[in-house]
Amino acid sequence: MILDLDRFIAKERPFWDELAEILRHQAENPSRRSSLEEARRFYYLYQRTSADLVKLKTFAGEVETTRFLERLIAGAYSHLHESGGESVPFRPWWWLTKTFPCTFRRHWLAFVLSIGTFWIGAGFGAAALALNYDLKADFIPPQFGHLYEKPSKRVEREEKKDFDAFQGRHQFSAQLMTHNTKVTIMTMVTGFFYGIFTFILLFYNGTIIGVVMFDYITDGQSVFLTAWLLPHGSFELPAIFMGGQAGLVIARTMFGWGTNLRLRQRFARIRGDLLTLVAGAGLLLVWAGIVESFLSQYHDPMFYPWKIGFGAIQLIALALYLTLCGRNLLGRPEPGDA
Amino acid sequence: MLGRTTSLEVNTPEGVTFEVPVASPFSRCLALAIDYAVVVALTLLLGQVIGLLQLTVSEIPIIGDIIGDFGSGAMILLQFLLFTFYGMVTEWLWSGQTLGKRVFRLRVIDERGLSLGIRQIVIRNLFRLLDILPSTFYLIGSISCLFTKRCQRIGDIAAGTLVIRETAARPPRFGDALGGSENSFATVPHVEARLRQKTTPEEARIALDAVNRRNDLAPEARLRLFGQLADHFRDLTEFPEEVTIGLSDEQYVRNVVDTLFRRTIA
Repeated sequence: MILDLDRFIAKERPFWDELAEILRHQAENPSRRSSLEEARRFYYLYQRTSADLVKLKTFAGEVETTRFLERLIAGAYSHLHESGGESVPFRPWWWLTKTFPCTFRRHWLAFVLSIGTFWIGAGFGAAALALNYDLKADFIPPQFGHLYEKPSKRVEREEKKDFDAFQGRHQFSAQLMTHNTKVTIMTMVTGFFYGIFTFILLFYNGTIIGVVMFDYITDGQSVFLTAWLLPHGSFELPAIFMGGQAGLVIARTMFGWGTNLRLRQRFARIRGDLLTLVAGAGLLLVWAGIVESFLSQYHDPMFYPWKIGFGAIQLIALALYLTLCGRNLLGRPEPGDA
Repeated sequence: MLGRTTSLEVNTPEGVTFEVPVASPFSRCLALAIDYAVVVALTLLLGQVIGLLQLTVSEIPIIGDIIGDFGSGAMILLQFLLFTFYGMVTEWLWSGQTLGKRVFRLRVIDERGLSLGIRQIVIRNLFRLLDILPSTFYLIGSISCLFTKRCQRIGDIAAGTLVIRETAARPPRFGDALGGSENSFATVPHVEARLRQKTTPEEARIALDAVNRRNDLAPEARLRLFGQLADHFRDLTEFPEEVTIGLSDEQYVRNVVDTLFRRTIA
């Protein structure tokens, strides 16, 4: 059988036009929900157009009309099979009290690995400095140039300084937030290379902290160091570890251990968790940026105990939140558990 | 390109197969250039607005200081937010298109042919930070595009997306393809009926494709192809000399297509 194209197009064109019109409407108002009747009609049109395409390909093979129908069906198919599981309901309180801590706990091993790598790096930095103090300048990158000077000198200078709440604080805070967020995202996305660069980034950042800590502690400035780093570090470092945690989750996905799913399917499974982790880390970093600008840099010895206390309380609160919040004491599975 | 396929083939549960053309790296680069230009322009514009605000209030004690410093901080944050969220927001609002992609008629879709989910949009844009390395030269993304079948950068692989080329959607009219010329075969309907009887759907499709694509062929190839097709159909059914006299091979085939497709019953 050979198709009479003229008659075929004339007969089917109204249905194609109707389908195209529905798709156009949908593109203009993506949030609009169709009624049951509309959905049924849409499905009928989709099926009819699909059948037309098959008929055309089998009995005529006319290129232009085939292309037109393919385009129409592609749009309808995408609309019809819209990935409902991918939609993200806006429930901030649920997310904060359930989704985020539960997701964090589900990948706790990756977090432990992330922390471990960081502190091994810190140990390496401290050991290197203990062996050869002249290496200090090699370890500390230029953007942290203020750390090149001897700690006791810096402490003396900083403690004499008057605190001005407006002198570059907002700008500094913004710089810290953006820089740390970039580092966190980078630690996550480099997990794509089987986690190698995630480990390297964590180790490298750990090395810098190790060098600084060793330098200040051996110079007798432990209290200053704690009062300086703990208020913001209690949020900033866990956020970076979470970036590493997400990176290692990606690395595991790349290896595909224990599953025969394809890479695409494996990524589809962790996408929600990655976003949760990186969003949680982002929130922590915003707060850390504010604290670092407006509290951490305020070096009056009188306030050291308060600053240390504030940092310690933050750290404990964060630890409790991540380990206990959203935990179902009745033993029911947590959100997202298989 | 290395291991490149130019289209995404989707098999639907209804048993229909359709193809979507994948965007080339070059058109993606051009779209990206436009997007960068838009982001830079927006950044400059916001910089001017904030600068103006700072200048206006600079003389006011305390408030001038607060706004002055706050403005600088806000500028840094806005720059970061624009570079990070421009792609996410536009792709979400315009169903997989940024301004640059709209200009070049490109669209991001799910790699199974479905529409994009918000998670996919965020992931592919977060991975941009990796794709643009080193610095902002997009080397990693480009290498990934060259080595993947569907020109996917790393962000696309992680998000399960790909960028496609949108094609025109105007429904064609069949009469246009044949040019509406007179078909001399119509004067001998009994021979036309014999031709329809002897022609297989495959032969008919080849003839129709040849007529539709005739303007894309080089002159020599066009002559050769229509010569072969005309000979084939002449062997299949012999039309009387009075209706074929003076017909070129190409016109002969066009008459055959007209006979087969316009006058048969579906």
